[in-house]
Amino acid sequence: MIAYQFVIDPSRCIGCRSCENACAECDTHRGVPMIHVDFVDRARGIETVPTICMHCTDPTCAEVCPADAIKQTEDGVVMSSLKPRCIACSNCVLACPFGVPKMVVRAEQMMKCDMCFDRTSEGLRPMCATVCPSQALSYRPVGEVERERRDTPINEFVFGQQVVTTKVFLMVPEGTERVAIDVADHVWEDRP
Amino acid sequence: MAHPPRSDADLIAEFGPHLAYEPPGGWHGPSAGPPPALVKTHCCFCGQQCGIQLKVRDNKVIGFEPWEEFPFNRGMLCPKGVRRYLQDNHRDRLTAPLVREASGFRPTTWDDALARTVRGLQEIQAAHGKDAVAVLGGASLTSEKSYLVGKLARVALGTRHVDYNGRLCMVSAGVPYKHTFGVDRSPNPWSDIPKAQVLFIIGANIAECAPITTDYVWRCKDAGGTLIVADPRATPITRKADLFLPVRPGTDLAMLLAMLHVVVRDGLENRAFLEAHTTGWAEVAAEAAAWDPVRAARICGVPPEAIERTAHLIAKAERAILLHARGLEHHSKGVENCQAAINLMLTCGHIGREGAGVMMVTGQGNGQGGREHGQKCDQLPGQRSISDPAARAHVAKIWGIAPEELPGAGLTALEIVEAIHRGEIRGLLLLCFNPMVSLPDGAYVREALDKLAHFTVIDFFLSETAHHADVVLPGSLQEEEEGVVCSAEGRVIHIQRAVTPPDGARADTDILCELGRRLGGERHAAKFAFASPREVFDELRRASAGGVADYGGITYERIDREFGLFWPCPTEDHPGTPRLFEGGRTYHADGKAHLEATPWREGGDPLDAEFPIHLTTGRVVSQYLSGTQTRRIGPLVDQAPEPRLELHPTLADAHGIADGDWVEVTTRRGAQTFRALVVRTIRPDTVFVPYHWPGARSANRLTHRTMDPRSKIPEFKSSACRLAKGAPPPGTRRQLPIAGAS
Repeated sequence: MIAYQFVIDPSRCIGCRSCENACAECDTHRGVPMIHVDFVDRARGIETVPTICMHCTDPTCAEVCPADAIKQTEDGVVMSSLKPRCIACSNCVLACPFGVPKMVVRAEQMMKCDMCFDRTSEGLRPMCATVCPSQALSYRPVGEVERERRDTPINEFVFGQQVVTTKVFLMVPEGTERVAIDVADHVWEDRP
Repeated sequence: MAHPPRSDADLIAEFGPHLAYEPPGGWHGPSAGPPPALVKTHCCFCGQQCGIQLKVRDNKVIGFEPWEEFPFNRGMLCPKGVRRYLQDNHRDRLTAPLVREASGFRPTTWDDALARTVRGLQEIQAAHGKDAVAVLGGASLTSEKSYLVGKLARVALGTRHVDYNGRLCMVSAGVPYKHTFGVDRSPNPWSDIPKAQVLFIIGANIAECAPITTDYVWRCKDAGGTLIVADPRATPITRKADLFLPVRPGTDLAMLLAMLHVVVRDGLENRAFLEAHTTGWAEVAAEAAAWDPVRAARICGVPPEAIERTAHLIAKAERAILLHARGLEHHSKGVENCQAAINLMLTCGHIGREGAGVMMVTGQGNGQGGREHGQKCDQLPGQRSISDPAARAHVAKIWGIAPEELPGAGLTALEIVEAIHRGEIRGLLLLCFNPMVSLPDGAYVREALDKLAHFTVIDFFLSETAHHADVVLPGSLQEEEEGVVCSAEGRVIHIQRAVTPPDGARADTDILCELGRRLGGERHAAKFAFASPREVFDELRRASAGGVADYGGITYERIDREFGLFWPCPTEDHPGTPRLFEGGRTYHADGKAHLEATPWREGGDPLDAEFPIHLTTGRVVSQYLSGTQTRRIGPLVDQAPEPRLELHPTLADAHGIADGDWVEVTTRRGAQTFRALVVRTIRPDTVFVPYHWPGARSANRLTHRTMDPRSKIPEFKSSACRLAKGAPPPGTRRQLPIAGAS
């Protein structure tokens, strides 16, 4: 079986919000989108970025959850909090290195992208990646994406001391091996 | 006098637009129940006509599912496609014919309403002649409906005045494509776009107006293609552009002439192609000789070096494609603009090959098909000319009338409105068209509608135009009737009937046929005895056979099996024609491309000291055309709740305007107030307003009525204006700015 991966390529995004609209149509959280699109800086440009959950291998959100309310499925999808366990403390919201989980006050729980597990478990692609007109969000074998496009898919991110690997891939400029986000990672120090 | 019977506010309270947010029964109601049927059909918005599956239960459309097998969009959809199902089961839906009385619109029976329409139109014709009545159709109608509109006008009413809102769309391209190639269709299938080494997008906001085409453009980039974008605004597609040409509104022609100048000056023209496959090139080259890039740059505001580089990239590429849309076409020299684009690409030999061509990006749902089969004032079915005796004889025979009975060419859409203003046209039958929002100089359009002695509108919602009607006949949505449309790439596809119209409304073809029978009287009634859209299509096929847009070999069944068919497709064993002009052969008798020189002209609303700024208009991604449908879909409205005036910070500073401020925009037609969106993504001498809204939010109250003399397209894309900081319109609610710049 060919493994399909979620690949994000922000440089393709045209800000149409088709993903948000389609996400809200999903059967597991009807009417409420779990992903979002932002302008980087509308005053200065038209660049937009879609944010979906990166589905970390060892999810920080789950590690910091005092109620053990955040679970992964067998195939590595990190779910919204379990409603009976969630105490709405927002630890996960603060801890996520990617800024994904949202505390939904009305629902009194943390809700986030679940990679359309209801669809992917049945062999369908996630809603957002299916409809995305620019394929900034795509759900395909990552090798196929790598062959067709110029950029490189990576799924390893460095936040200071923390190295995070994710189920979701991000397209980065050709030759990049992993993305270091913390300035400290770029500082040269003459260590003994 | 067809002025609205009540205030706009009263009509809106009763008929909307109201916002629909949820499927029938709500998010957690019955629509979350057992699996619905999935109907494979197409989106109703825009010329790309993406494949989509509608979820249907109990004769209600309750949602959508991507249709990944359909090759054009492979499941991709823009937000309009995702949310389109919310137009179904809408509280604003008209479910009874309405007649206008002093106190408002009163529901009546179909028999009464149809009788009033027939009486109203026939009394005018009896007193003032056949041509005192006009018919206006729309390019979102299926081809079957479009065909019936033309036949109804010319046979049952016997008027020559029938035209459609495609007049606001592709006609500036249609004229030079017909002139050059003998056919009005985008020459290449979309699958050619990723194959181009150089892709030049001019006047086409691909990301917002043809969102799925973005994927084709990005795949061209993936394959190493060079992307050049010319637009007064940096639209989202420019984020990956190798070269951005910020052309001044209304000056594309100067830029294109200079590109041609560079090609000729540097001896980069494709001599062998030009000699074998074109006529008229010597005049074209001579015209360009005067247009060195510096002269052009002074007019168009694009650096001479960028003009040179673009010309070299196109000329030296083995395969280049130029994509253009309304930005090039909505000008009083829209025909010349498109002709210049054709001249440039053909000079370099880019036509009739994989990854090489010049392509128009049709904007309306059936923008291509809607103009092929007879609701365009100068055409008969099959893209035949109404002034060609052989074409007239062919169609007259199929319609069962004498060729002499067939009226000649009539007035175009905006000319019809002007003729109403002058009192020459007194009666109007209109469907699928909302001129109160979509035509320029809105106050003038309103005055014209108020002068009509009889006005019938067929529509599913009460549009701002229908406010002025004497009779409103509740018609059908796209998903309520079977038919075909032709997409931007020339692919004829099959619209399925997913549901039937709600009780009280009727299918458009039923209404058109019944009007045809009643208006046509004993002599013509049988000519409108179609029992189904399929029967209309069968006649359309015969009427188109032998014409340029030959549908003879296209059947509903073949479309379903083959994911659509590209016309011309003359016989049932013909594979269709995805790419035109292969081997350099056009549809002219001599097989050659007829080039034409394009002298420079000024626009119809020039800048001066009083009006020193360019105003240009366009779309946003979440709205479609005049918004009759999309302004009723809650999530699409939330995405763009109001038109925002885009302007550059230097222009804003000069006027003391900050992001989110109200700005009064004044043109020679009048003044409108919009909220500012201060962004560096537009030329500092230009402002932009999207046009989807009516009344106080209407951009088209500012635009002017100057038309291209041949295509009769209005010059939406370039008006002269001035700005002043304005006061919020009365009753405005406070809103947070969209941009982060305040």
